[in-house]
Amino acid sequence: MRHTISLLVENKFGVLARIAGLFSARGYNIASLAVSETLDPTISYMTMVVEAEDEKILEQIKKQLNKLIDVITVMDFTKKEHVDRELVLVKINYSAQEKAKLEALVGKYLAKIIFHKGDTVIIEAVDEQEKIKQLLAGLEGFGVKELVRTGRIAMQY
Amino acid sequence: MIGAQILIECLKREGVEVIFGYPGGQVLPIFDKLYDADMRFILTRHEQGAAHAADGYARATGKTGVCLATSGPGATNLTTGIANAYMDSIPMVALTGQVKTHLIGNDAFQEADVTGVTRPITKHNFLVKDIQDLARTVREAFYIASTGRPGPVLIDIPSDIQQQDIEFIWPQEVKIRGYNPTYFGHAGQIKKAAKLIAQSKKPIIYAGGGIITSGAHHELRELAERAKTPVTWTLMGIGGFPATHPLALGMLGMHGTAYANHAIMESDLIIAVGARFDDRVTGRLDAFAPYAKIIHIDIDPASISKNVKVDVPIVGDAKNILGQLLQEIKKTPDTQDWFKTIDEWKKKYPLAYNYNESARIKPQYVVEQIFEVTKGEAIITTEVGQNQMWAAQWYKYLHPRSFLSSGGLGTMGFGFPAAIGAKVGCPDRQVIDIAGDGSIQMNIQELATCVCNKINVKVAILNNGYLGMVRQWQELFYKKRYSHTCIYNPDFVKLAESYGAVGIRVDKNEEVRPAIESALSIDNTVFIDFHVEPEENVFPMVPAGEAINRIIDGLA
Repeated sequence: MRHTISLLVENKFGVLARIAGLFSARGYNIASLAVSETLDPTISYMTMVVEAEDEKILEQIKKQLNKLIDVITVMDFTKKEHVDRELVLVKINYSAQEKAKLEALVGKYLAKIIFHKGDTVIIEAVDEQEKIKQLLAGLEGFGVKELVRTGRIAMQY
Repeated sequence: MIGAQILIECLKREGVEVIFGYPGGQVLPIFDKLYDADMRFILTRHEQGAAHAADGYARATGKTGVCLATSGPGATNLTTGIANAYMDSIPMVALTGQVKTHLIGNDAFQEADVTGVTRPITKHNFLVKDIQDLARTVREAFYIASTGRPGPVLIDIPSDIQQQDIEFIWPQEVKIRGYNPTYFGHAGQIKKAAKLIAQSKKPIIYAGGGIITSGAHHELRELAERAKTPVTWTLMGIGGFPATHPLALGMLGMHGTAYANHAIMESDLIIAVGARFDDRVTGRLDAFAPYAKIIHIDIDPASISKNVKVDVPIVGDAKNILGQLLQEIKKTPDTQDWFKTIDEWKKKYPLAYNYNESARIKPQYVVEQIFEVTKGEAIITTEVGQNQMWAAQWYKYLHPRSFLSSGGLGTMGFGFPAAIGAKVGCPDRQVIDIAGDGSIQMNIQELATCVCNKINVKVAILNNGYLGMVRQWQELFYKKRYSHTCIYNPDFVKLAESYGAVGIRVDKNEEVRPAIESALSIDNTVFIDFHVEPEENVFPMVPAGEAINRIIDGLA
């Protein structure tokens, strides 16, 4: 099962390597990762999606993260009310005949066309993972040329 | 004050009495300041020796050990010793030189990414890139190394930082927002634990290295005596409970006593204190202690419920928690029947070996005689393998910090330099390394360190001409195909003499005790080369991956 974990960490060189090293040394996989500075520039915010087969592994991951000196707090969103978002950019083949169809599809999601030249269109979407999955499935028919996406970010409410 | 001077000033304020190390290009400014400093420095003959000596010093004294090496190969040579300290939670600060800050990342001469290399084997590490951070970094390093679950901390200091000049400001306080170890147990959990203890009929205390680290041996003994509960211990827990005590069951696990293993398997309550349910202790995990509820006391929350499911976890310092628990225990269990069963196991499966006066020397006999002569008052260090297990089984440890052994990492070559560190820290104690002929050759260069500094340690080599533990596994599990385990050895007596130490060779049983007595009375480092039975095995033994009551005793 996938879990979203957020960390407040010291904003110093080498911190990301410590966290990545902890995962690799224990054979855990990071599915996605987003890092940025917080309002306090000495602290960074990390959101990671991790694969854990069972609760025991998830607990161990959280405890090991907590042991790192540079990790200030560990939050697990799994059982908490939260919103989460990912950002995706998709480059697709475009033909004028399909314009209406494409605009209808994009209109159904939190997405928009941000670039258009000749037969290339780039679509930006910001949504939760499931919605993005649906959008991408819809776009497949147009011929996806390239796809990049950020890691998930999350916030409790 | 320049960086090198600030470093030494900080070490003094941290109470450092001795540094073990080796010079080199990128630590020249530090060594220049050491030349005038009022600080003891022990020059080893290899950086690995320095790391193990700092580790041995820490284990023997409870203080933080300090080692120092240059960049690149100096630092990488420390790494085995650092990993060793990490696995056994030993407080250590490792100082390394680094190439100048503007050269970092340039593949400069003797450059290695030392904070990168040591990241998974240190509790924390630092690369000091700004002289303003140096004093605070040293303060934090000592704080992190010695508090919570202790461990090694490395500080990598570029040589230009060592030379920069600023005003020295000693930080009065240490505050690290991501690091707040828990020291006292949760009151509710302590109550639950006390209740489980009162209700149990077959309780057992399983004591680990945490007893030694936190100095909880008095509390442990009081708990055992009040709750009339037998005590077994791990390799790291040796010395935490007197081995001669009537409640003592000895070590458990792969080479533990049969009665300790049977007792833990049949118990209805395990009180685990400062131990981590390592695979060498539990054997096959799904078959381990099927009837037992588990109380697990540990300072590291990540050690709890890592391997086994725990009923009452209590996070905190062992000494504090046992103190809290002792106040809470009002009713104690009736363990009379339990001890009857245990006594039957003790009679049926005693710890034993076959002794024959006229046959070759048994290694177990040598260890027993070392115990007899020293009356259990020596500090014993060990190498790794058969020597280590015999030293654990046949010497009766009465005090904490008396058995210094590489538990987690299993590092051959640990015992001799660790003995040096222990002797430096405890000059009034006899320090004896119980070694194998293989292991002793892994850091034998430290003979020079002993002789030059008059650090008189004794090394009892159980010389069987084999890498004995591997040979034992080859005998038992690989059809006696002794692949590369029969080794050629130097003449250890001549070798010791060539360094200015003393060597004694022993071939007969009747020479064993006099040789030990004479070695202990000689005011020099002594190698005693005991030529023992070559194919003696360590028993009892539980094959790896088996339930720990599936014991081979080897006594035909």
